[in-house]
Amino acid sequence: MPDTSHHLSNLWLAAAPSGGLDLVSMLFVFMLSTFIGIGVIRRVSRLLHTPLMSLTNAISAIAVIGAIIIAGGESYPPWVRLMGSIALFASMTNIISGFMITDRMLRMFRAGPGGAGGTGGPQK
Amino acid sequence: MNGPHPLAAAWSLPGITTIIELAYLLAAGLFIMSLHWMGDPKTARRGVYAGVFAMTLAVLFTWARPEVNRHLWILIPIALAIGPGLWLANVPLTAVPQRTALSHAFGGLAAGLVGTAKFLYWYHTEPDMLSAFRVGAIVLEVLLGYLTFTGSIIAAAKLQEVKWLPQRPWVYRGQHIVNIAAFGAAVIIGAILIVSPTAAAAPYLLAALVLLALNFGWMLVMPIGGADMPTVIAILNAYAGLAAVAMGFVLDNTLLITAGALDGSSGLILSIIMCKAMNRSFSNVLFGAFGQVQQKAAAGEQKVYKPETPEDAAAVMAQASLVVIVPGYGMAVAQAQHKVRELYDQLRKRGVTVKFAIHPVAGRMPGHMNVLLAEAEIPYTDLVEMDEINPDMPQCDACLVLGANDVVNPAARSDPSSPIYGMPIIDADKARAVYAVKRSKNPGFAGIDNELYFLDKTRMLFGDAKAVVGEITKALSGGSGLH
Repeated sequence: MPDTSHHLSNLWLAAAPSGGLDLVSMLFVFMLSTFIGIGVIRRVSRLLHTPLMSLTNAISAIAVIGAIIIAGGESYPPWVRLMGSIALFASMTNIISGFMITDRMLRMFRAGPGGAGGTGGPQK
Repeated sequence: MNGPHPLAAAWSLPGITTIIELAYLLAAGLFIMSLHWMGDPKTARRGVYAGVFAMTLAVLFTWARPEVNRHLWILIPIALAIGPGLWLANVPLTAVPQRTALSHAFGGLAAGLVGTAKFLYWYHTEPDMLSAFRVGAIVLEVLLGYLTFTGSIIAAAKLQEVKWLPQRPWVYRGQHIVNIAAFGAAVIIGAILIVSPTAAAAPYLLAALVLLALNFGWMLVMPIGGADMPTVIAILNAYAGLAAVAMGFVLDNTLLITAGALDGSSGLILSIIMCKAMNRSFSNVLFGAFGQVQQKAAAGEQKVYKPETPEDAAAVMAQASLVVIVPGYGMAVAQAQHKVRELYDQLRKRGVTVKFAIHPVAGRMPGHMNVLLAEAEIPYTDLVEMDEINPDMPQCDACLVLGANDVVNPAARSDPSSPIYGMPIIDADKARAVYAVKRSKNPGFAGIDNELYFLDKTRMLFGDAKAVVGEITKALSGGSGLH
């Protein structure tokens, strides 16, 4: 998207060097994603709450975006890039370990013999 | 590419920026699907793959931004992260709560650092960028990020049971006042930064804010005891997500906002479930650990435990048609899950139905027991939630309470003066016979006496959970004379 909003940046709502996003649009995105998140997470079986937490851990390492921009951005002085690099290290560690341990745990969950468990009884 | 007519420029040739935005859009959709698939054990692994794919897109397309060209600064941290990443992915499953707390700490640190770096950079080079709204987002990001960092480190240390940290809630006189004063100071500093972000003192104010936030995390978690850890971990999870959201507002990045919001809502829902399962409010968990433990003195008559040998317990279980096992943190500590699996096999071989009753706050994080039992290859179809098992408890011939305590304490139903009164519990006391495995004769974590242990139908099996379960199993498998 074109880079048109620089001159707007002294407005209070000013934002978006990149895409012309304003405060209200971002709040919209935030609100809608929160509702989607609540709707989706509520349906996750309690059985899987530990893997759910490690998965969302990995997903919240999306902070990696900010870390890459700062660590690798040409305009930043080295001391800023150093902070970005530490942030990148932290996020990357979360990405690697978060997804891997989630998969490791999920591989262990198996249904009973014959799927439903020969004994019947309550299932989840 | 900033032509005379911006719209025309955007439509004629999709620039790299547009492609990156589209990749972010796809990644956001995949993250949502990832959590959607997580809802069911049958599709959960697909959720992981979707998440990995989305994250790969996010990393590669951010890296592809034209202004990101110091590649060594990116490659080195990624290379360094591989080792710790692999290590943290392969911890024993009993250590998963610590690992989770530690990764919240990393998430918080990343958010805090990016916020600090962005502020200082803009302050020195493009002060115009420091709009009130953006500085507000930075203040939130920094506060949430750094408090999650130290709070989670303390939580991880408590979960790891390191020696230099007390396990019991750590409280001192005037704690509330100190906390409120620190919070007030943070609010005032944040407000000053928002009003005059370009003042000469701004970097120092930011530094003060960082220090306050670091201190905050520590102060919030120190007073909280191990039994409240599932809630605390869930709350820190929400904070880490919200810190990512704030970063999204700082960087105008909707993918960050979306993914952060997903994480935040997950933490929120888990915290609510945990609080409900303990019949406590948020503020009660965060600020109410004090005095909670001061039990109403050991007044009352001396009660007597009725001990029993594992062999006798085995004989009763062998005759049962339904055995319900209630696992708790004690099972995790003793690493008894594999022995439990052997017991499960032995009983099933005799035609006994075995179910596991899982309380939402059993263990040290949400879902902790399920993961441990799954590790021992117990089918998840035999892991039953509290609300579903309770109606069956009167039909249960033998209930084995394995390292659980408060979650089976009938005082939660009957004794309004008990600190856990009102907390939903597993109705172990309604079973025909109760066998409680207990390490020692001391009261449980919350320091509360458990009436269940003194019922007529209850027998105590003292000893390490792993050893006791092993002996029951041995009696079942060896003793043909049991029948």
